[in-house]
Amino acid sequence: MKSAVIVFPGSNRERDMLYALEQITGTKPQTVWHAETSLPDVDLIALPGGFSYGDYLRSGAIAARSPIIAALKAAADKGTRILGVCNGFQVLTETGILPGALMRNAGLKFVCKTVRLEIANANTDFTRAYKQGEIIDCPVSHHDGNFFIQEDGLTRLEGEGQVAVRYAEGTNPNGSLNDIAGITNAAGNVLGMMPHPENLIEDLNGGTAGRRLFESVVEAIA
Amino acid sequence: MKARIKVTLKNGVLDPQGKAIAHSLDQLGMSGIDDVRQGKYFEVDLSETDRTKAQATLDEVCRKLLANTVIENYTIELDGDA
Repeated sequence: MKSAVIVFPGSNRERDMLYALEQITGTKPQTVWHAETSLPDVDLIALPGGFSYGDYLRSGAIAARSPIIAALKAAADKGTRILGVCNGFQVLTETGILPGALMRNAGLKFVCKTVRLEIANANTDFTRAYKQGEIIDCPVSHHDGNFFIQEDGLTRLEGEGQVAVRYAEGTNPNGSLNDIAGITNAAGNVLGMMPHPENLIEDLNGGTAGRRLFESVVEAIA
Repeated sequence: MKARIKVTLKNGVLDPQGKAIAHSLDQLGMSGIDDVRQGKYFEVDLSETDRTKAQATLDEVCRKLLANTVIENYTIELDGDA
C-alpha cells in the first residue's frame, strides 16, 4: 500500500505517522509539504497531529487554507482514503471535507492520557479489523477535541453510521457530543479522529491495538 | 478604509471559556453577571474605498477564514457605520 503524509508548519506527529505507516505497510510513505499543489498517486493520505500554525485563529484553520488542500479535496472526492489524526482531524473539519467542528475541551484543560475507545462502527474501511463494540485503550493528546455539530448534522452522522469511534461510556475527556471520538465522511473514505492510533503500534509503547486501524485500510484497498 | 469584525459563537454552541470567565467573575464577587460568551474581534485595513465592494470583500473574508460558520456568526462594521 502506498501512502503519503502531509506536513504543515507546526505539525509534530508526522514522524510517528510515517513510522507507523512504514512499519505496517512495509512501504516508505512520501512526505508532502503543505505548500505543494499536487499529491502523489497513493492509496492513503494521512494528516498528522501537532499544532499547525500554532493553533492561531482556530485549530487547523490556517492549515485548511494551504495550497495543498485543493488537491486533498480532489482526492477525497475521488475516493482516496484519507486519515486525519488530532490536528489532522481539526484540519479536515476546517476544510469541510468532514462535517462539524472541534472546539476547546469542555474542561478547558489540555488532555494527555490514555482513554477507552469503543469501535462504534466496525464496518468502515478504517475499522474493519476490529470487532463491533470492541473497546481498546488509546492515547489522546489535545486541547481542542470537543466535537460539535448542529442537531440535524448529528442525526445524520448517527443515522448513517458515520461515527466510527466513541469514547467508552463515562470516559469522554473533552465534552464531545455523543462521546464522538472519530467520524467518517458520508462516502466512508475519509476518517478523522482525535485519538492517536499511530502511537499504539508496539508493545513497548503501550500496545498494538492501533495497528489494526492501518491494517483495515490495507485490507480495504486490496 | 477600516473595518471592525466580530466573530461570535452561535446560539446553542457551548462556550466553556465564557462559562469559566463568568464563574471567575462570580468568585471575584461581581454580582449580577448572568452569562458571558467569548468571541473574537478583528481590525482590518482595506485599500478599497467603495463601501459596497468593501462589504462584499469582507463578507468573503469572514466566510473563507475568519469565521467557522459551522459554529460561529460574524458581523462587519465599516468606518462611518453608526
